[in-house]
Amino acid sequence: MTGILDQLWRIGRMLFLPKQTRGYPEVKPVLPPRYRARIVLTRDPDGQERCVACNLCAAACPPDCIEVVKAETEDGRWYPATFRINFSRCIFCGFCEEACPTSAIQLTPDFELADYDRDSLLYDKQDLLIAGPGKRPDYSYWQVAGKAIAGKDKGAGENEAPPVDLKDLTP
Amino acid sequence: MIILGTILTLVFSAVLIAALLVAAGVFTWVERRVLGFFQERLGPNRVGPFGFLQWVADTVKLITKEDAAPPGADLFAYRLAPVLASAPVLAGFGVIAFAPQMSVAALDMGLIFAMGMLALTVYGMVLGAWASRNRYAMLGGLRAGAQLLAYESFLGLSLMGVVLLTGSFNLGQIVAAQGDLWFVVQQPLGCLLFLIAGTAAAHRLPFDLQESEQDLVAGFMTEYSGMSFALFFLGEYLAILLVAALATTLFFGGWHGPWLPGPVWFGVKMGVIAFAFIWVRAALPRPRYDQLITFAWKAALPLALLNLLLTGALVVLGGQP
Repeated sequence: MTGILDQLWRIGRMLFLPKQTRGYPEVKPVLPPRYRARIVLTRDPDGQERCVACNLCAAACPPDCIEVVKAETEDGRWYPATFRINFSRCIFCGFCEEACPTSAIQLTPDFELADYDRDSLLYDKQDLLIAGPGKRPDYSYWQVAGKAIAGKDKGAGENEAPPVDLKDLTP
Repeated sequence: MIILGTILTLVFSAVLIAALLVAAGVFTWVERRVLGFFQERLGPNRVGPFGFLQWVADTVKLITKEDAAPPGADLFAYRLAPVLASAPVLAGFGVIAFAPQMSVAALDMGLIFAMGMLALTVYGMVLGAWASRNRYAMLGGLRAGAQLLAYESFLGLSLMGVVLLTGSFNLGQIVAAQGDLWFVVQQPLGCLLFLIAGTAAAHRLPFDLQESEQDLVAGFMTEYSGMSFALFFLGEYLAILLVAALATTLFFGGWHGPWLPGPVWFGVKMGVIAFAFIWVRAALPRPRYDQLITFAWKAALPLALLNLLLTGALVVLGGQP
């Protein structure tokens, strides 16, 4: 009997406690920067595309929602001719971000992707590319990579030693 | 004059039925909102101011939904059951006196009539359970029958003390006898027993064994959808209101109260009791049905008889009516 009264009192008190419900559409949630939602393609600090169309993200993608078609510039840089993410299939697992060797593909906290039309959830490269470098502001893949491009020979990258001359015996 | 009286009664009935249907709808919103507050959430707050029009949206949704029947169901009984579950409760309101001379029918056997109408809803449940041809529904129907046998044993007896004190089954006269003192003061045990039995009669948590979601899906109304489901739902909420109205009439002085007109006092008291129903629902867990039956027959029934005995002795010794 006292148990029942005690319970009634405890539950009755709840009526005046602050409520846990969040008023989402009016009150936006504060999400951490590493929250996994809408996917973007970032750029180098000097404004060039980071993506080298290696296809690792598409290979890692569990629902297979990324489509990449490789193209090559005249000086030997790879870049994606097509980069398409189907957000109606994407499960926001973040595997593409983990797989990316150049930090090009990144997930952002913007989760408000809902749409009435499936076709408009198909994001092409121009929809995905953003102006900035995203979560790694100083990283520039082409400056650290060992691949020769216009204006940077082999061995001229950051932290890179000049190539060893195999025909030379001097240390 | 007779014709005028008939027309007046008809108009009053129509107004009363409309008011009750709206009240039951509003009560579903109030319950969801208050239950939310008890559980530290907000409850439905989207449709209209404070979500008040939620019940309208729900009604529209239920009307437009398909009213499906399972294959193999006994269609006649299947369609009849929801009506049997809700119509008698509406009829039960016919004898409630909302103010002096303000009732559809001031029957001399009003209390018995209301009790009978409240008990009739069980037919709807058992019939619907049987007609659904569903095992969960059948279990719910069986429990409804078992629960009826449990709570009816002391539901009527808990009220007899009031009847003894008043000397009448007429609800208007019972209220009129409480002008000085509410019967809850003279009959606290009877009031408590009536509220417990009323919770079971309205099949509310903690005594909603026949539709306990956790073990029986939705009990006797598992197979029902659309307006048939809505009628069962309506019956349940009207039963709560009827029990609240009866408790107001019998124990809490009906229309008596200062300043405000009688019907307003009646409504306020009904609302407070209905709120208490929500509170109890939020706080207390559901017993097993053998526990309920044990409680009813081994604890509540002797207590009701004791209450009746003491009241009878007091009335005889005190020389009251």
